[in-house]
Amino acid sequence: MSTQLQPAPTLLSKKQKKLLSDPIGDNNPITIQVLGICSALAITTQLRTSLVMAISVIFVVACSNVAISLIRKGIPERIRMIVQLMVVAGLVVLVDQFLKAFAYDISRQLSVYIGLIITNCIVMGRLEAFALSNRPWDAFLDGIGNGIGYGAILMVVAFFRELFGAGTLFGYQVVPQAFYDAGYRNNGIMLTPSAAMFLIGIIIWIHRARKPKLIDIS
Amino acid sequence: MELVNIFIRSAFIENMVLAYFLGMCSFLAVSKSVKTATGLGLAVVFMLSVTAPLNWLINNYLLVKGSFAWISPALAEVDLTFLQFILFIAVIASMVQLLEMIMERFFPPLYSALGIFLPLITVNCAILGGSLFMIERQLSLDESVVYGVGSGFGFLLAIVALAAIREKLRYSNVPAPLRGLGIAFIITGLMGLAFMSFAGITL
Repeated sequence: MSTQLQPAPTLLSKKQKKLLSDPIGDNNPITIQVLGICSALAITTQLRTSLVMAISVIFVVACSNVAISLIRKGIPERIRMIVQLMVVAGLVVLVDQFLKAFAYDISRQLSVYIGLIITNCIVMGRLEAFALSNRPWDAFLDGIGNGIGYGAILMVVAFFRELFGAGTLFGYQVVPQAFYDAGYRNNGIMLTPSAAMFLIGIIIWIHRARKPKLIDIS
Repeated sequence: MELVNIFIRSAFIENMVLAYFLGMCSFLAVSKSVKTATGLGLAVVFMLSVTAPLNWLINNYLLVKGSFAWISPALAEVDLTFLQFILFIAVIASMVQLLEMIMERFFPPLYSALGIFLPLITVNCAILGGSLFMIERQLSLDESVVYGVGSGFGFLLAIVALAAIREKLRYSNVPAPLRGLGIAFIITGLMGLAFMSFAGITL
């Protein structure tokens, strides 16, 4: 808790705007904090599944941040991991049931990866690092910001993988038939998980080359 | 023979890390030296081989439709599978706590060697992923034991290999912005490509 006086309560103070925008660029959960790579990369072969995944993660991070922040003073220190996991697991069950009811084929494609949002390090990481020591509204913004930062990387990776791997975007054919007639082939390697690793490696490279202060010295 | 096949498949062809990207966070974070990587790998092997059969039992005797039929026929329709996630993660979290206490009491050297990796394992996606994949593939109890050991072994293999490569990498001249995390990503991608050559092997 800072001892400074808070500025007049507007909807978004300067600090709160920063909470929202920081994780999208300078403090991106995937490229800088290295959180939540686990379940994300296997589902980025298509833009549509990535979009669903991104929205689910934004929802879970934001809601669990608020929930933990609300009860942060009542959680005993020793069992806080289990409490956090239970809150997150409950929210993920909601998302999973919702998808099964309203978007069954996408939920089939995502298979176990929706369940794996529970152990997605972004969620736990933000709970530990932020929600446990901040007020609900700040925690909510932090959750939204981190969710969007995560989703943005997911969408960029999925864009390249779907475009070069299958020649489609959101399932619509974008590479014209004339290209295939002229001998163009879809790049099969883009559909393998390894391509996602290369793409993220390259995103990190570009990001750090433009912001030299982020370079890992060790 | 079937069991050997499952072991080979889960350890090599469907390697948790290199084919499914599970456990990536700890995989990248803890692979800076071979020694710590081995510690984490062993802990994962242990946890997977304990939690996979345990969660199998819970799923088949508590959650699946009809598992309460022995109490009264009225309960035969109860289907609790939507509670899977919550119960599985509870089992994993409590197993980690239990394991920690048992090791602290009876195997202090091993406990101090694994140290901080034990609590970390709770949020290792590979553990929960192992249980979920096991349910999705409808394995039997003995198959799920082998599956747990096999995928744990695959994780150990992958993390030790990456740690060994990263130790050597300190002597090479990587472009500055790519150092550390970036190059680890690209190496993991290359290892994934190498592991694809196992595809199609059956015994």
